[in-house]
Amino acid sequence: MLKTDTPAVASSQWTAVCALADIVPDSGVAALIDGQQIAIFRVGDSDALYAIGNHDPFSEANVLSRGIVGDLGGELVVASPVYKQHFSLNSGICLEDAEVSVPTYAVRLCDGIVQVAL
Amino acid sequence: MNKTKLLVVGNGMVGHKLLEALVAEGAAAQFSITVLCEEPRAAYDRVHLSEFFAGKSAADLSLVQGNFFDDHGIQLHLRDKAVAIDRAAKLVRTAAGAEIPYDKLVLATGSYPFVPPVPGKDRDGCFVYRTIEDLEAMTAWGAKSKIGVVIGGGLLGLECAKALKDMNLQTHVVEFAPRLMTVQVDDGGGRVLRKKIEQLGVTVHTQKNTLEIVDGAGLGVAGRYAMKFADGSQLETDMIVFSAGIRPRDELAPHAGLNRGERGGIVVDDYCRTNDPDIYAIGECALYQGRIYGLVAPGYQMAQVVADQLCGKTESRFSGADMSTKLKLLGVDVASIGDAHAATKGALSYSFVDERKQVYKKLVVDENGKQLLGAVLVGEAEEYGTLLQMLLNGMALPDAPEMLILPLSEGTSRPQFGLDALPAGAQICSCNNVSKGALCKAIDEGCTTLGALKKSTKAATSCGGCGPLVTQILKHELKARGVAVSNAICEHFPYSRQELFHLVKLGQIKTFDELITRHGKGRGCDICKPTAASILASIYNEHVLKPKHAKLQDTNDYYLANLQKNGTYSIIPRVTGGEITPDGLVAIGSIAKKYGLYTKITGGQRIDMFGAQVHELPLIWRELVDAGFESGHAYGKSLRTVKSCVGSTWCRYGVQDSVSMAIEIENRYRGVRSPHKMKLAVSGCTRECAEAQSKDFGVIATEHGWNLYVAGNGGMKPRHADLFATDLDHDTLIKYIDRLMMFYIRTADRLQRTSVWLENLEGGIDYLRKVIVEDSLGIGAELEADMRHLVDTFECEWKKAINDPEVLKRFRTFVNSNEVDPNILFVEERGQIRPASEEERRMRIGNIPVVTESGH
Ligand code: SRM
Ligand SMILES: Cc1cc2nc3c(=O)[nH]c(=O)nc-3n(C[C@H](O)[C@H](O)[C@H](O)COP(=O)(O)OP(=O)(O)OC[C@H]3O[C@@H](n4cnc5c(N)ncnc54)[C@H](O)[C@@H]3O)c2cc1C
Ligand code: SF4
Ligand code: FES
Repeated sequence: MLKTDTPAVASSQWTAVCALADIVPDSGVAALIDGQQIAIFRVGDSDALYAIGNHDPFSEANVLSRGIVGDLGGELVVASPVYKQHFSLNSGICLEDAEVSVPTYAVRLCDGIVQVAL
Repeated sequence: MNKTKLLVVGNGMVGHKLLEALVAEGAAAQFSITVLCEEPRAAYDRVHLSEFFAGKSAADLSLVQGNFFDDHGIQLHLRDKAVAIDRAAKLVRTAAGAEIPYDKLVLATGSYPFVPPVPGKDRDGCFVYRTIEDLEAMTAWGAKSKIGVVIGGGLLGLECAKALKDMNLQTHVVEFAPRLMTVQVDDGGGRVLRKKIEQLGVTVHTQKNTLEIVDGAGLGVAGRYAMKFADGSQLETDMIVFSAGIRPRDELAPHAGLNRGERGGIVVDDYCRTNDPDIYAIGECALYQGRIYGLVAPGYQMAQVVADQLCGKTESRFSGADMSTKLKLLGVDVASIGDAHAATKGALSYSFVDERKQVYKKLVVDENGKQLLGAVLVGEAEEYGTLLQMLLNGMALPDAPEMLILPLSEGTSRPQFGLDALPAGAQICSCNNVSKGALCKAIDEGCTTLGALKKSTKAATSCGGCGPLVTQILKHELKARGVAVSNAICEHFPYSRQELFHLVKLGQIKTFDELITRHGKGRGCDICKPTAASILASIYNEHVLKPKHAKLQDTNDYYLANLQKNGTYSIIPRVTGGEITPDGLVAIGSIAKKYGLYTKITGGQRIDMFGAQVHELPLIWRELVDAGFESGHAYGKSLRTVKSCVGSTWCRYGVQDSVSMAIEIENRYRGVRSPHKMKLAVSGCTRECAEAQSKDFGVIATEHGWNLYVAGNGGMKPRHADLFATDLDHDTLIKYIDRLMMFYIRTADRLQRTSVWLENLEGGIDYLRKVIVEDSLGIGAELEADMRHLVDTFECEWKKAINDPEVLKRFRTFVNSNEVDPNILFVEERGQIRPASEEERRMRIGNIPVVTESGH
């Protein structure tokens, strides 16, 4: 799925990451693209995909892909597995501390393959 | 300014309360306080004295908080007693020869047990029941006895009978009157009480007048003595405890010219003052309007009155106290309220007897049937709180008062007075004199849990009789204040964990998706998902990494390992009961070495290996499983360890094989998931080297079997476990643990250890015992069957995981690369790795290589 609030991306910038089936529904995986760590989430059983930075600004560990996915007040979030702060999957903003956020990335599904653009 | 010299004689429960009250009023510093204490230790909780037999130490029973005496500049003289008062010189002479001057003197000398002048009463093996020393002597003598007799079938006598019973003696109670507990209960109640107590194996002899104690035929084995009764019969015994009433310790009064009652007691007025305005008497030595109050609550009220007087609050007075009591004697609930004997003119009564269940209840009402005058409850006493409040506050009785005591048919409930009808002044906790108003004030100040309320007001912290009412008031007041007493676990479910458990079980719900569709809303979150996963595992025990469950798991459960600060994981294989073979040690050692892991002995008697990355976990586990290890579940809210001591196999003091028992228990409950982690331990004797009393479920060997303790906790708020049952045989022990564990799993809140669970369980340990031991809810068999299912369906989560390619696919650091996380850096310390600090990482100091995926 291409998120509507991200600018269109030139097709050359997309990097294939894995098959959709490699991501357990309602969970995440980490990908390494050009030395950058991206956390990619698959929400629900569908092909709804989200990508944010894998680095947890609170614990300084690269672990956000291993958090539990859910929603809080209607906002899709992942909870950091370390100290449990929640980050919006759409904006990357931390719900507990709006000053803190993680980057978000464009992600799409192409012929069953998950692709991310940095 | 010269401080007023205050001398307090006696540091018993009431004397100590006076000191506490002065401190609480911030007045301790205005006085120079001296306390004379005849006993070798400062004040302790006499009301709970019997718990000494259940393993409580003198320190546990102490009423002295921290360095109370030093902190408040109070001089305490232990082991010294007042022998004379010189009122003219205003000083008190002590047995040690000191002369202590006073401006104000408070006598709090309590009472002594009355021993009838029976020839032979001073023989070895004859005891009274009042101090810790008395109990120590009884224990020592009891160990070499077979039969024990209590003289006196009153409240204390029955409590004492329980103590003898617990010492495994054939126990008899000898009473002069025609029934037990003459003061508190009437004939009908006495009959039911007797039957109940006899069923517990205590022989009751009423209308027996003991004439003499002579040598018995037993020659030091059983029946050392014989007690001869007036009716010609006799009873053989090895020890005798006199519990035939108390007498006030007023021996200082006559010489000092203080007025004494005809049958003893130092006469006091409404201010608890004697005929000398500078001398007060409080507690069991004081005689108020011809009455000695043999209970602690009235004593506490007197202490408060005197503290007030000393602080110049002259309006404070004592006006008599209510003698209603609720007790549990030998496990039988007995309560007596107000005019139990219907002695008031025109009084009418209602009674209800159920001879099968052995319940007796009586209400005494005034001639118009409008006001409650008294009540007796035997066998069941839940109505105590309500009835007492009705009496104390003169509340109107409902139209059909009998409904207050008749058994309830399904679906009906007792007429309750609205809690709003209780005046603010209503005394809810008589032990600690806490009114409804005081509770409400504390609630306003932020006490929104029972624990907080107890801590701040002290309500329900002594005899506990007021506990249910305090809870009701708390709930009611919170509601009235609009504090939503929501027990919803999160925004997705309007239910508590306990309710969710029942919904899942009754609805046969097998997945989170089904649960949230049927009973919740939204997608769920990091609170409800793991909770649901835990509930599903506690009921069905399916593998936590099945696709439908995996997404619910917190990272520890998802990777079956413990997440550390730098994103690596730690691995703890099970070391059942702490027993490990040399080969096992070698295997762990070489695997840890191969993968460069940091090793440490845990606080739970096993070995933790730190610093593994996600992709390494299955590789390491493959080797551990091959070496015979299985998952230690250190990551789960589940059974953790069963700690053991070495026990009778090696230890010269051990009385049972604690290691085998620990291993059996750990193997039985391994993998069982629960609201929070559960820890157990087994010690081979009372020296308790396995620290079982700090565990959720603790087992300690005795000569006759095993003692079971529940709800201990280390951690942030340590709690000593409660003794739950004694001398259990193997099968009963396992049965009780099965039931307890399953009951905890069913009813606890999310992340609630057994300690907090028990403290919040209405009815506490007694209720728990009823449910587990007496099976009062009729769910015993079901709890056992549910546990059996978990035991039978156990499989090692790691063994299963390493053989499931679908699961293994998930153990990758990066889904698209075999690189390792470059941010994970280690440095060496004391010959092992540790995570690089932030500073070190920034400077890229850590460079100890980690095993990459491609390396395998
Ligand atoms: C590894 C170990 C420390 C050690 O090196 O010795 C340890 C490590 C952790 N303990 Fe512990 N506890 C360990 C023994 C204990 C003990 C001692 C014991 O079990 O005899 C206690 C006190 C006893 C008790 O639980 O009553 C203990 C009381 C706690 C608590 C406080 C629990 C409480 O009720 O107050 C926590 C926090 C919690 O669970 O919420 C905790 C939480 C933790 C966590 C999970 C904290 C975390 O989230 O990172 C640690 C991670 C474990 C890991 O990474 O492997 N740990 N922890 C011990 C593992 C024992 C084992 O073999 O499984
Ligand atoms: C086994 C048992 C169970 C009980 N259960 C209950 C119950 O469930 N509910 C209830 O309400 N009550 C119960 N009681 C009664 C309760 O313990 C007493 O009412 C309470 O302890 C009275 O307090 P006190 O300070 O007046 O006397 P005590 O606690 O006896 O204290 C008096 C102290 O003064 C000391 N002393 C005496 N003379 C002198 C002197 N001349 N100089 C120096 N020191 C002196 C004594 O050694 C003693 O330490 C129970 C009592 C016992 C023994
Ligand atoms: S608890 Fe008892 S049996 Fe176990 S090691 Fe200690 S002394 Fe020995
Ligand atoms: S009435 Fe005894 S603790 Fe409250």
